[in-house]
Amino acid sequence: MSNVLHVDDAYFTPELTRGVVPVLAPIPSISPAGLPIELRRMSKVFGHRMVLDRLSFSIAPGEFVAVVGRSGGGKSTLLRLVAGLEKPSTGELAIGGEMVNGPQSSARLMFQEARLLPWQRVIGNVGIARGPDWKRLAQAALDEVGLGERAHEWPSILSGGQKQRVALARALVSRPNILLLDEPFGALDAMTRLEMHQLLARIWREHGFTAILITHDVAEAVALADRVIVLRDGAVALDLSVDLPRPRREGNDPSAARLAARILAYV
Amino acid sequence: MAERFNDRRLQGVIPWIIPVLGLVSWELASDSGLLSARLLPAPSSVAVAFWHTLQDGTLIDSVAVSSWRALKGLVIGGVLGLALGVVNGLWRPAELLLDSTLQMLRNVPHLAIIPLVILWFGIGEGAKIFLVTIGVLFPVYINTYHGIRTIDPALVEMARVYGLGPAARFWRVILPGALPSIFVGLRYGLGIMWLTLIVAETVSASSGIGYMTMNAREFLQTDVVLLGIIIYAVLGKLSDIITKFGEHAALQWHPSYARQQPEALA
Repeated sequence: MSNVLHVDDAYFTPELTRGVVPVLAPIPSISPAGLPIELRRMSKVFGHRMVLDRLSFSIAPGEFVAVVGRSGGGKSTLLRLVAGLEKPSTGELAIGGEMVNGPQSSARLMFQEARLLPWQRVIGNVGIARGPDWKRLAQAALDEVGLGERAHEWPSILSGGQKQRVALARALVSRPNILLLDEPFGALDAMTRLEMHQLLARIWREHGFTAILITHDVAEAVALADRVIVLRDGAVALDLSVDLPRPRREGNDPSAARLAARILAYV
Repeated sequence: MAERFNDRRLQGVIPWIIPVLGLVSWELASDSGLLSARLLPAPSSVAVAFWHTLQDGTLIDSVAVSSWRALKGLVIGGVLGLALGVVNGLWRPAELLLDSTLQMLRNVPHLAIIPLVILWFGIGEGAKIFLVTIGVLFPVYINTYHGIRTIDPALVEMARVYGLGPAARFWRVILPGALPSIFVGLRYGLGIMWLTLIVAETVSASSGIGYMTMNAREFLQTDVVLLGIIIYAVLGKLSDIITKFGEHAALQWHPSYARQQPEALA
């Protein structure tokens, strides 16, 4: 059991994690590694308001970056730019070394709400893009997030945490090189959020994609990310690496608490 | 005492007490001569009229002719309403061009144009089908349009991010999302469909249920007149039940339809 549940995470009792972390054979490493992302002097102006001001930074392949900041600080706009849902007013974006424009199939986005189609069963939502062999791939992704048995239910009967897990499976189905997360755990209760952190950390480790997580929860950023970027008034106020050993325990690590306090001072 | 009314069998019986009592006293009043058979025939003579018209084939013919008219008008009006609703719901230029005109026409009571329609089409099939088409078109249009306009844009955005093209977005996101509203339009349309047909067949027809009852009135066969009215009611209820079945099959995902039987069948 210990190799599955990461009992070194003393915070979690087996009771809590049961059913969350499924027993899995190790995933063959067919997934391509994460792609690097580079922002070059990107700005975004809405009307007269400059939401992002000549933002430049790069993210290494497979790196997990958390972007924190106050609401209205441009975090979500940044993510929507990287996702290709908005166009930058000036500057450019490169993914995998190439200039991009518009939504990329190599990147997947998880929203604040699960955004499941209520008229599709869980498996139909996960395999939303259809494509060859989608049922098997969708089932595999559902198994990965521990919801394999709920494949044929309607989304309306799932809990908030389960819906976000389905949304995570939907993002994973195409084996993305980049996963963009727009505060996907913000609306969940504290316990469910901790479970989701464990799940996401494990899946990120196994898939190796590049991840950008938008959050207002500094503790969440420190628990998950390799690097935390604080965005204030559309510019980078702090860019800090988080050199804490993984897997991380959440809630009672003094060095994580010190880091969080330092980040909070910049938010 | 109150618990006794929770008994399911009793609950099945209670709603029928008044109709049955009414029917029995109506029959008694007719038999005793209290009610004139010319004004209101006894239920038993309506049943006899049912049997006679069934045997000589007029009933079946009339129902078939009327249902066929209703169906033609429903299909033409429904398809037009659906198409206009989809186009105007999805494409802003079409909405600008067409919607306000349609909203104006919608407020013309379609039965008021019967004299004109008779002038245009005569009293043939065309007139009736045209009227039913007009009657069905507007409720289907309004509700399809509304259903498409009120789709959650967050879901459409999700579909775009997940690589669904315009056609896939329409079939997998927009149309299913508008379906509950489209069904509301269809059920309104069905009610109007029968109403229009009754009026049109009563005003001018040489076949169908309306013709059967108007013909019977000429010969003072009030039992057949009453039979016609009952047939209309049954057809209306029947089409409502069919739509409810369709609704429950198509909207299983909807929490208000989940795991419950159609009321009409309970």
